[in-house]
Amino acid sequence: MTEDDVDRKRRHFLTVATVVTGVAGVGLAAIPFLSSLKPSARAQALGAPVEVPIGSLQPGEMVRILWRGRLVFVLRRTEEMLARLPDNTGDLKDPNSEEKGQQPMYAANDHRSVKPEYLVVEGSCTHLGCAPLEDFEIRPAEDWNGGFFCPCHGSKFDLAGRVYNGVPAPTNLRVPPHRFVRDDLILIGQDTGAA
Amino acid sequence: MVRIEAEVGKPKGGLLRWIDDRFPLSETMRYHVTEYYASKNFNFWYVFGVLAMVVLVIQIVSGIFLTMNYKPSAAEAFASVEYIMRDVEMGWLIRYMHSTGASFFFIVVYLHMFRAMLYGSYKKPRELLWIIGMLIFFVLMAEGFAGYLLPWGQMSYWGAQVIISLFGAIPVVGEALVEYIRGDYSISDITLNRFFALHVIVLPLALIGLVFVHIVALHEVGSSNPDGIEIKEHKGPNGIPLDGIAFHPYHTSKDLVAIIVFLMLFSGVIFFAPEMGGYFLEHANFEPANILATPEHIAPVWYFTPFYAVLRAVPDKLWGAILMSGAVLLPIFLPWLDRSRVKSIRYRGWFYKAALTLFAVSFVVLGWLGTQPADRVFVLAARIFSVIYFAFFLLMPYYTSIDKTKPVPERVVYHG
Amino acid sequence: MVELNLVSRFIVLATCLIATQSFASGASGFQLQEANIEPENIASLQRGARNFMNYCSGCHSAQYVRYKTIGKYLELSEEQLIDNLMFNAERTFETIKVAMPADSAARWFGKTPPDLSLRARAKGADYVFSFLKGFYLDPNSPTGVDNMVLSSTSMPHILWEMQGFQAANFTEHTADGVTSLEFEGFEQVTAGTMNAGEYDDFVRDTVNFLAYITEPIRSYRRKLGVWVMMFLVFFLIIASMLKRQIWKDVS
Repeated sequence: MTEDDVDRKRRHFLTVATVVTGVAGVGLAAIPFLSSLKPSARAQALGAPVEVPIGSLQPGEMVRILWRGRLVFVLRRTEEMLARLPDNTGDLKDPNSEEKGQQPMYAANDHRSVKPEYLVVEGSCTHLGCAPLEDFEIRPAEDWNGGFFCPCHGSKFDLAGRVYNGVPAPTNLRVPPHRFVRDDLILIGQDTGAA
Repeated sequence: MVRIEAEVGKPKGGLLRWIDDRFPLSETMRYHVTEYYASKNFNFWYVFGVLAMVVLVIQIVSGIFLTMNYKPSAAEAFASVEYIMRDVEMGWLIRYMHSTGASFFFIVVYLHMFRAMLYGSYKKPRELLWIIGMLIFFVLMAEGFAGYLLPWGQMSYWGAQVIISLFGAIPVVGEALVEYIRGDYSISDITLNRFFALHVIVLPLALIGLVFVHIVALHEVGSSNPDGIEIKEHKGPNGIPLDGIAFHPYHTSKDLVAIIVFLMLFSGVIFFAPEMGGYFLEHANFEPANILATPEHIAPVWYFTPFYAVLRAVPDKLWGAILMSGAVLLPIFLPWLDRSRVKSIRYRGWFYKAALTLFAVSFVVLGWLGTQPADRVFVLAARIFSVIYFAFFLLMPYYTSIDKTKPVPERVVYHG
Repeated sequence: MVELNLVSRFIVLATCLIATQSFASGASGFQLQEANIEPENIASLQRGARNFMNYCSGCHSAQYVRYKTIGKYLELSEEQLIDNLMFNAERTFETIKVAMPADSAARWFGKTPPDLSLRARAKGADYVFSFLKGFYLDPNSPTGVDNMVLSSTSMPHILWEMQGFQAANFTEHTADGVTSLEFEGFEQVTAGTMNAGEYDDFVRDTVNFLAYITEPIRSYRRKLGVWVMMFLVFFLIIASMLKRQIWKDVS
């Protein structure tokens, strides 16, 4: 190999080494900027789990809570409401909560909750996000077993937050992570089974 | 072989060809980068232009991410800076990059300007280049001033109070002008919000535009060099200056080394001494602005202190402002004040060398004096050094014409 | 190169000039004492945190500081945080707030006790150290004390139990018809539960903590800096080799 060849090889190697190091450097330098876009400590603080005391919640009563800026409904279902849930199965798009993203594992059951009595769902219609209204009155004549009705485009959900057929909303109302700290206290934002 | 003019130098095919048929990409790369010829004997002083561009990019990128979290209101500004420092992930690093970058911007720009004074880079045909550069300097000063108000600390508020009220010295329109600048009867939330707009949009746009024009002007006449020789006067048979080497890969590879050294100094400050003894981040600014309590010791940030010293040296408010402005503006006229036939200090006589040294000394000493309280001894010293500073410019037509210069070589001096 | 030596030698000299920081002094004759804090001493910081929460946080907030942040660096578990340091907060992500309402405080003391998140950074650790050691008896003051570092301070001598009380001795100097007081030193009048050395350590720990909360990220910043510098050194070596190789063809 001539001296020129050696030079050219060396130059090529050094060029590649420099470019690789430079690109790596730029990539590393990008990290702080991209990280800064993650939720800050303040956002995490504001988004911390919210306690909901349910000791004085009556059967058929619902409270509205804000968690991470989102509306959450906590409904204490009556015996009758629970009894009528299985009747809806044929009219629902996803009666068995097979759509994985809409509820944590511990709410993928017939009543879509940890304890049958208490429904915890996000008050956000899965169509375009409007807050559904309560329509708990049971009207057998209309074949209505009680549930939620979204005024924006007419989507309907049952008392387990499951979406009916023939409405624009595609999936069941989302169940947020939650757990029972005590019988009379729910913590929204933390999974059952978590620390 | 018949070669159509427009086809010369174009890639044969592919994406690059598609672009080149619609946009002067390859042509621009050739003209400004791979076939832009600059002298081979650039020394350390020639690195500061590129470094200034690097700092500009750093300031813009870090600035963008700061504006994502900063709140430009008197009630929230100070707290939002602490939010960035503590709650935003790696926000502290972005903040330090920006505060350190501001100071480094001025270090680099001052050294860049000094290079021009060493090598006569402002002389014909580069007078316009110099003027554009001075405009960049003025915009940069305004940018730094506006930016400094934003943290809304004690020094932010009171420093702005002092500098804005300077405009009140202007006869007749002074007071109205001050109120107009503030947008209020005293520096307030309104002033802060508009300074935010200036700092984040107006002045950066102006800076970017001026930097672009600055480089266009440079490439039109070509870079100068430490010998002050016009390399275009000696071209080879292929039209390339004999003392010239292509910007890429020669100057790009050399500048990369300089940039890395710069980044090491920059990182050294950011990670180990971001306050720089209170000069880059002033201690008083860690207290929120208190309109009822003036700090004991108000001084502008270090990069304004030479001019501030000139202001304080003059016992009259209006004349102080005039002379301070003069100190800032006078360098514009260098291309015409400098009567020497010779560009580079290498070939000038002892008169200019002495004058330039005195100028550099006076600039640094005035800078230091500007940080000190206005005691009698300091004011006296400021007066003496202000006189030296002004004399450098005002006497220049005289001493540069009588200065005994050395013969300038035909070709650049380069020791590989 | 002539111009490089001349000018750069001068710039170095000038930088040295600028670098000489004069020792801040309060009233004539009084000098701030060096705090000599150890920012990496976790045990000291833990004691300082305890001191701060017990003696300072009743009046002074540290509104930008989260308990969680302190807990992590001071190696405290969530239980230890909640049990020992959190008096009027429930969740660890909360910031150190003060229970005393600001306007009441202003009425009682004449001035709202300032937030201490950044105090040590604005004034310096030595200032805070000297301040906490600088209270002396003054019968003319509403609190019964004054302070050599901040005269006419509205703050009472909170730590009197530990330090006891001291008097400040002055001598009068008359020059050019102007009489001024020159500080001569402190003199212990009433003993406290700690001797001078113990009290110094107590204050030092507290100041260490106060300095820490001004910039909790400091330790991580320096560690990250070492890695960044190492990367840049490596990059510099490669880039220099490339430059030299490319410039071989320049004569």
